[in-house]
Amino acid sequence: MGARSLVLIAALAVGLVSFCFTGHPEAAWPLAQIDDYLLNILILAGINVILAVSLNIVNGHTGQFSLGHAGFMAVGAYGSAALTQLNGKACLASLSFLGSAAPLGLFVLSLLVGGLLAALAGLAVGLPSLRLKGDYLAIVTLGFGEIIRVMIQNTESLGGARGLAGIPNHTTLGWTWLVSLISIYCVGSLVNSTYGRGFLAVRDDEIAAEAMGINTTRYKVTAFVVGAFFAGLAGGLYAHFIGYVTPEGFSFLKSVDVVVMVILGGMGSTAGVTVAAIGLTFLNEALREAEQYRMVAFALLLIILMITRPQGLLGGLGGLARWLPGKGGKS
Amino acid sequence: MSTLLAVEKVTVRFGGLVAVSEVDFHVNEGELVGLIGPNGAGKTTLFNLVTGVYTPTTGRIHFDRKLVNGLNSSSITEMGVARTFQNIRLFNSLSVLDNVVAAFNLHLQSGFLGALWRGAAFRSEEKQIRNEALALLEIFGLQAAAQSPCRSLSYGDQRRLEIVRALATRPKLLLLDEPAAGMNPTEKVDLMRLIRFTQEQFKLAVLLVEHDMKVVMGICERIAVLEYGRKIAEGTPEEIQKDRRVIAAYLGEEVTDA
Ligand SMILES: Nc1ncnc2c1ncn2[C@@H]1O[C@H](COP(=O)(O)OP(=O)(O)O)[C@@H](O)[C@H]1O
Ligand SMILES: [Mg+2]
Repeated sequence: MGARSLVLIAALAVGLVSFCFTGHPEAAWPLAQIDDYLLNILILAGINVILAVSLNIVNGHTGQFSLGHAGFMAVGAYGSAALTQLNGKACLASLSFLGSAAPLGLFVLSLLVGGLLAALAGLAVGLPSLRLKGDYLAIVTLGFGEIIRVMIQNTESLGGARGLAGIPNHTTLGWTWLVSLISIYCVGSLVNSTYGRGFLAVRDDEIAAEAMGINTTRYKVTAFVVGAFFAGLAGGLYAHFIGYVTPEGFSFLKSVDVVVMVILGGMGSTAGVTVAAIGLTFLNEALREAEQYRMVAFALLLIILMITRPQGLLGGLGGLARWLPGKGGKS
Repeated sequence: MSTLLAVEKVTVRFGGLVAVSEVDFHVNEGELVGLIGPNGAGKTTLFNLVTGVYTPTTGRIHFDRKLVNGLNSSSITEMGVARTFQNIRLFNSLSVLDNVVAAFNLHLQSGFLGALWRGAAFRSEEKQIRNEALALLEIFGLQAAAQSPCRSLSYGDQRRLEIVRALATRPKLLLLDEPAAGMNPTEKVDLMRLIRFTQEQFKLAVLLVEHDMKVVMGICERIAVLEYGRKIAEGTPEEIQKDRRVIAAYLGEEVTDA
């Protein structure tokens, strides 16, 4: 990655951080002009970007087929809500040394805890699933997602099927897009290095990768863990945006949504997947009136894309893609 | 000269088929050994056994005096065995250069965290790997194509790239599975000269599968012959040339043992 894209990312990050700490997004210029509806969609778009970019390291770069991303998101959402909502008072008390920043500190901490718990779940799923390929792996990860959901549904202390309400609304546009940029940076930098060529080698040919001394098992587990960590962060952001979580919100259909974003964007293209995640979030909103046709629209979109651009929206493109670390700044 | 690879009474069965049967075989350090035999004789299977793609049903394989039976392919490569594939297996979505860079993974100092942090040590290592990869490509005349997708290379160049990629792992033993397949006679001679050169340059032991007898006889110090999974002969090129069972195996004559 060239210095140019580093500078770009740093500038954006600084700009975003500066209004992360203003609390209410409406207070921050230039977002004061944006209406609430658009603001909400932009936050959802940011969360979807995190989900899509992080699933992309598993499904796109490493070539494994995971269908359980919503499960990792659920772990992050409930894990973070457990700190801020279920044990909010006690946690705030122990962070009282932060003064008035304690709620914000707890929010950040809870996001990290959610991400780490999800990463652990990623390790737990990744290790035993490694002998499986293609459809079999897809089925196992799908099963994992459903197991998580059912487990939460049957855990009374997590609200059971009713879910958890009253989660503090800490998530702002700034936080969401800050985490989005961090996930784009991390996945992009990982892949765009000699180390990261290992992920792509595993995707292209496992036997050849092993023969070149690339430990395919370790790479696959790493991809799962990194993907799950960011899915967990996305889950935490989502919980603190919506204010309540239910097991139903993390069903198999949510995983499918993210897979569609990755396929539309182009497996392994960070820029493409980012654009697809934003585009599909808006499409989702546009189709809110016609909810039952949403999946039909998605299917049609996929078919059209497969015919016209089988490599994905931005797959194999220079231009915009070069501005994002996923495609490498050189050449 | 000490033994680098020792294959002892190795057998592998696939269901009822015995693909390699009781093969005894060794390669010394720095030696260039030929492995020949008709199609289906078990040469590729022997490579797959040595590199850990298959585990022997019975028998032992030692590399550098360490038992390698049952190890992962990647661990065996880490010990110093590299190979090319008869049916080319490049990393198809990567450029020519990145195919080679990927194979430097093994000796990488800055791993996961280095790639995230991208500090000075990381950047200088990336640069050094890139330069080393380009230097290797240059030996095989591929440096001009470094940025092209590897799929765009000609068949022969893809085979050369496979050798370069294998060299990037810094092996002690290089296994070449029909590296000259599909090349014309001049290309073949050039490639063999190149193999000889890299063998001396990098002080490698090479095990070479090649069908062209003239080529094998011209370059190998020692030759082993497989037929139906068994080793039927071993010796210097002169000895092999005169061996009746080898002649029979290649010309399909019947051998009546006295
Ligand atoms: N994985 C496998 N399963 C079943 N049979 C195999 C397998 N690999 C190789 N064989 C068989 O082993 C024999 C030797 O094959 P191979 O090693 O490819 O021969 P060569 O490389 O000498 O032409 C062939 O009969 C082949 O069909
Ligand atoms: Mg063969």
